[in-house]
Amino acid sequence: MTTSPHKPKSWYGKGIPCVNLDELQGSLIVIEGADGSGRSSQIAMLNDWLEGHGRATVSMGLRRSNLISPELDKAKQGNVMGRITMNLFYTTDFMDQLENRIIPALRAGFIVLADRYIYTLLARAYVRGIERKWIEDLLLGVALVPDAVFYLKVSPKNLIERNFEKHSTLDYWESGMDIGISQDMFDSFVKYQRRVQTEFSGLQERFGFEVINGNRSPRAVQLELQAKLARILGVG
Amino acid sequence: MKGKLVAVEGLDGSGKSTQVYLLRRWLELEGVKVFFTEWNSSDLVKSATKRGKNQNLLTPTTFCLIHCTDFADRWERQVLPLLKAGYIVLCDRYKFTAFARDSTRGCDREWVRSLYNFATVPDITLFFKAPLQVALDRILSGRPVLKYHEAGMDMGFSKDPYECFSIFQGKINDEYDKMTDEFGFVVIDATQSIEVMQQEVRRIVAERIDLASYRLRGKK
Repeated sequence: MTTSPHKPKSWYGKGIPCVNLDELQGSLIVIEGADGSGRSSQIAMLNDWLEGHGRATVSMGLRRSNLISPELDKAKQGNVMGRITMNLFYTTDFMDQLENRIIPALRAGFIVLADRYIYTLLARAYVRGIERKWIEDLLLGVALVPDAVFYLKVSPKNLIERNFEKHSTLDYWESGMDIGISQDMFDSFVKYQRRVQTEFSGLQERFGFEVINGNRSPRAVQLELQAKLARILGVG
Repeated sequence: MKGKLVAVEGLDGSGKSTQVYLLRRWLELEGVKVFFTEWNSSDLVKSATKRGKNQNLLTPTTFCLIHCTDFADRWERQVLPLLKAGYIVLCDRYKFTAFARDSTRGCDREWVRSLYNFATVPDITLFFKAPLQVALDRILSGRPVLKYHEAGMDMGFSKDPYECFSIFQGKINDEYDKMTDEFGFVVIDATQSIEVMQQEVRRIVAERIDLASYRLRGKK
């Protein structure tokens, strides 16, 4: 039995008022990746593994805030809002969870497993031609630096296979249909996912997160995640 | 941009909403293409803001973000397209309201400003300046029920809503003063009568905007 090596927390920017970072004893672990990259099943397995080792966990994901998820769900149904508004909505949703769920959990020493984080929001905004400085000031100004970020990288070809297996269809937004790259959904999906991956490579270099080859079996991916997290969290 | 953007700012009780209403009526009666929008009124965002306020879910950060979202929705769908179409757009409160309130609530000044970077500085910003006590008396004399956030109760300046409101408004007033030169506010003495203020408002607008070129075709 080892205790978790506590890593001091920091903000990317100036942070939010009234939070004492020294009180945040837990760990924030982020899993990033496209739809179909296996994020949620990997997180479910990590959850079991951590709880099996007696570690308390809590999860977060995009569009899960109590504050505005109904409006965001509505927005996903159609083009009812502009791109700046959409980005602000997602940021509000993110901050609501950060302040009301993540920070209290970190204070209580939980391990927070985040199913996506600001990087997805950045990559999506970049691909949609939002001014980079604006979206970065917005998100990085108030985001907590995670203890670790893992990016499940899966080739567009495999993503398509997995999406079809699961839903027999491609998601409108994950295909970037709103951008108008192509009228053909399949074509649009491939091109959009390539653009997102290019942005993620840039983000990976900048923020130094770990790329995990997600083209392998779920079990292989999980074992790699566990091995890496065991060191970071002092589990095992 | 073909259109013109006119914003009014000031404390609650400064009389700005009455003034912008009368300005709007005048422009409409003159046959000018005019559009009016007010703070915190986007149909899309309103339900979320209401939920947040009623259930006390809002922190200074999410309070700031949700108001910016409301503003962005009105900006992207109405203000910007109408400015491009050659309208005079009147805004009852503009981003300066957020700068003043959210900084007072403890959000980082530069961060709040960067959020609103998509919105240009108005062609005219009329700032209705009233001594703090005058504005407070106008609002508080009727002993109204002050809403939690309106009174700044979330800041915990005081347990008494009236005292809390007064302290909060005082701080907002200081923020407005600091912005006056930076953003070129046109200061209007809000202790004057409604008619005198309106005359001044109409004079300023007529001086700075060639109203004839904004008339609807076929009118006057």
